[in-house]
Amino acid sequence: MLSSKASSNCHGQDSLYFLGWQVYEKNPFHEVENPTGIIQMGLAENQLSFDLVESWLRKNPDIMGLKNKDGESVFRDLALFQDYHGMPAFKNELVEYMAKIRGNKVKFDPNNLVLAAGATSANETLIFCLADPGDAILLPTPSYAGFDRDLKWRTGVEIVPIHCSSSNGFRISMFALEEAYERAQKLDLKVKGVLITNPSNPLGTTMTKDELQSLITFAIDKDIHLISDEVFSGTVFDSPCFISIMEAAMDSNLKRNTDVLSRIHIVYSLSKDLGLPGFRVGMIYSNNQTVVSAATKMSSFGLVSSQTQYLLSYMLANKKFTSNYMKRNQKRLKKRKEMLVSGLKKSGINCLKSNAGLFCWVDMRHFLCSNTFEAETDLWKKILCEVGLNISPGSSFHCSQPGWFRVCFANMNQSTLQVALRRIKDFVERSRFNYQQNMTSLSRKLISNWVRKLSSADREEQER
Amino acid sequence: MAAISKIATGNGHGENSAYFDGWKAYETNPFHPTDRPDGVIQMGLAENQLCFDFIEKWLMEHPEASICTAEGVSKFKETALFQDYHGIPEFRQAVAKFMGKVRGDRVKFDPDRIVMSGGATGAHEMVAFCLADPGEAFLVPTPYYPGFDRDLRWRTGVELVPVVCDSANDFKITIDSLQSAYHKAQEANIKIKGLLITNPSNPLGTFMDKDTLKNIINFVNEKNIHLIGDEIYAATVFMEPEFVSISEVIEEVECNRDLIHIVYSLSKDMGFPGFRVGIVYSYNDTVTSCARKMSSFGLVSSQTQHLIATMLSNDEFIDNFVAESRERLFKRHKYFTWTLSQIGICSLKSNAGLFIWMDLRKLLKEKTFEAEMDLWRLIIDEVKLNVSPGSSFHCHEPGWFRVCFANMDDYTMEIALSRIRNFMVKNNETMVPPRNKLLRRTSLKLSLSRSLSRKMDDFIMSPSIMSPQSPLVQART
Repeated sequence: MLSSKASSNCHGQDSLYFLGWQVYEKNPFHEVENPTGIIQMGLAENQLSFDLVESWLRKNPDIMGLKNKDGESVFRDLALFQDYHGMPAFKNELVEYMAKIRGNKVKFDPNNLVLAAGATSANETLIFCLADPGDAILLPTPSYAGFDRDLKWRTGVEIVPIHCSSSNGFRISMFALEEAYERAQKLDLKVKGVLITNPSNPLGTTMTKDELQSLITFAIDKDIHLISDEVFSGTVFDSPCFISIMEAAMDSNLKRNTDVLSRIHIVYSLSKDLGLPGFRVGMIYSNNQTVVSAATKMSSFGLVSSQTQYLLSYMLANKKFTSNYMKRNQKRLKKRKEMLVSGLKKSGINCLKSNAGLFCWVDMRHFLCSNTFEAETDLWKKILCEVGLNISPGSSFHCSQPGWFRVCFANMNQSTLQVALRRIKDFVERSRFNYQQNMTSLSRKLISNWVRKLSSADREEQER
Repeated sequence: MAAISKIATGNGHGENSAYFDGWKAYETNPFHPTDRPDGVIQMGLAENQLCFDFIEKWLMEHPEASICTAEGVSKFKETALFQDYHGIPEFRQAVAKFMGKVRGDRVKFDPDRIVMSGGATGAHEMVAFCLADPGEAFLVPTPYYPGFDRDLRWRTGVELVPVVCDSANDFKITIDSLQSAYHKAQEANIKIKGLLITNPSNPLGTFMDKDTLKNIINFVNEKNIHLIGDEIYAATVFMEPEFVSISEVIEEVECNRDLIHIVYSLSKDMGFPGFRVGIVYSYNDTVTSCARKMSSFGLVSSQTQHLIATMLSNDEFIDNFVAESRERLFKRHKYFTWTLSQIGICSLKSNAGLFIWMDLRKLLKEKTFEAEMDLWRLIIDEVKLNVSPGSSFHCHEPGWFRVCFANMDDYTMEIALSRIRNFMVKNNETMVPPRNKLLRRTSLKLSLSRSLSRKMDDFIMSPSIMSPQSPLVQART
């Protein structure tokens, strides 16, 4: 009676990634009102720098009252503005901001920017433009849990994972890339592109220029597209500095291939960098005019509210504000990440070395009672229900190795993170104690069995 | 060059239709009272621009509605973070209340069934994704909004099967026409999953009576297909009788509620197309749940949710707004249609919407769509009005045009009317009396409810609203 999309669970929301959220929502931590509640560490949000934004707002009362520089009300114009090309002033500011994040090493043309209702919508729209139902996109794992919904659900496109492993820090190797491509071919799937997230979610790492250029060469060689989801580009807080796919493509060797730029597309959003997920500001950047044209028309299904475009065009136009914000935000992210990493280390837990993102990729393999995803799920349930932390298990990111968890650190205040670290410490100590207890009782059992065996052997000797 | 998708390279976006060509003509030479007095007047855009002064006054008095004011900034952080696809509870409650008010409070809407979408555009696509698989179809009565070709079909792969309505009975939907379209589809092996009605109708400006709606509901029940009611023009009903919503009729008729879905938006009733507030309201729990997940692709900006929640929960303001908006639409519609009738142009009798369905059949050289296109080109190029030809609405009879009247100020409307008058005189279509004689005619007797009755002279005295070129389109250098 309904469509197969409505009756299936391709929306991907039955994954543990989302189930953890649901459990959290029934018992959310609050420092005062619910200090024993579950702490949300499964939400990659940036809440560290709102004070900077609020201070800007207080200094700009006219924007606040929806008035322009001449003090006239712009409400009517905003309420009517539904042009899917987006507000020119807003797009001009966005491309400048994007360039700034990339150290001004690349320049973007506002005419190649298409607005969308968040990166969720941008990713889906891009897939609609690049692939037909039944085609495939290669996606390195571990990858953002929402991609199952965004890339596949309504588009009918398949995802073929590129398996990355801890043996090389989960970096994308050419071997893994080729292997994934061949796997797709064997499944009779036409590969239309590769989608990378750079900086990576959930790893928090950035790609090197060599890695990016290898990917571009691969894409040229196979005549496919390359999508770079760069929503975390403004969260790079440590070296190495961020290199965008566009910068890598500007290399003279690659530029000789005249259509290289037409196969590279960037997805961006203000949800992570500026911490404004509620405003639904996403975008696609492409040098491919067919893609820009089609995506622009598709943006009708998810335009950015004109009210929001107006506010943010003014905010981003204030260059002093954006420079200050970027600098201070990155500093705060770095400090917070170091707090999490060192806190976990004290409990004997290591994280993948990272320089970006709002989370750490945490190695909890030594807590698994077996090297299986069942054991990972058991551990996850324990941490959620007994320890009271909603962290995201690696399986929900399609990680091929059990035991890794994504733990977010930027969506809470410092004291909440301290509470979380304390809980982890207690959990680790309890686990060690229980382990010792178990080991002690196990060794006692083993010894008594051995003694029994020895005594019965002796008796047999004597009886013979 | 790496291949792009079929969807991206095809014409499914529907923008090659005459509906959009007219807009392009307007955009290259837009009318402006002082800068471009000979430019094309936009009468192809169904927007409601008559009540902004009313809303702006409310905004000035309620700074807390904006999260950017001193009064509202304390809510900034929680609003900026709020991305829950359930939507801000106050927003859903306020929208549910507003929807009830617009229907005379004869029916209550459940806030938990309110699902957001990227405008009605996003809502329609979402409903199609939920109800039908690629290759399946919806019945749609003609004439219908050209955007449906894109919204319901483009990325979904769903088909539209027209239910032909014609002028012989004022384009009303009959059960016979529904049955005929349904059976034709069956014979062609097309699986019909639902019926989409726009009520009040775009482009007709009419709405259905209770009996027709009951018959339609019986029809969908009998065939076990869905009913999607696009009610985005519900508050633009400016004359009696009162609007009847599907939501009211299902209370009186035995029906499977899992088949009933409403699409709504604030773009027409409030005049806020830029804010992208679309709503899917389904009586089917599975559809509500699925649509809610899909709404991730087109959530309403939380900044906008906050504004709308504050505005729509102000009962006094909303009651006044709805009454004032109706009155202004009524005045504009009355003056427009009456003046046209004086110069020999008839239109379908209507009491809702932001447009009229103009009958220009007698101006066609011959009863063909080619002749309609010729006439349309003439109107754009010579009369300099962007009106929308009936063929772009899939009308089966040539000669009808949709003409919007609520998206301009009084001055621009007078210019438009005088251009039409001049055109008719030039073509010897009518002996048109000079303008001042028109104004002195005695008022027509109209059967109106007391709150809406006005003397003819008042029509000309309505407040002037300027329609300048939007400065937002001019990029700041």
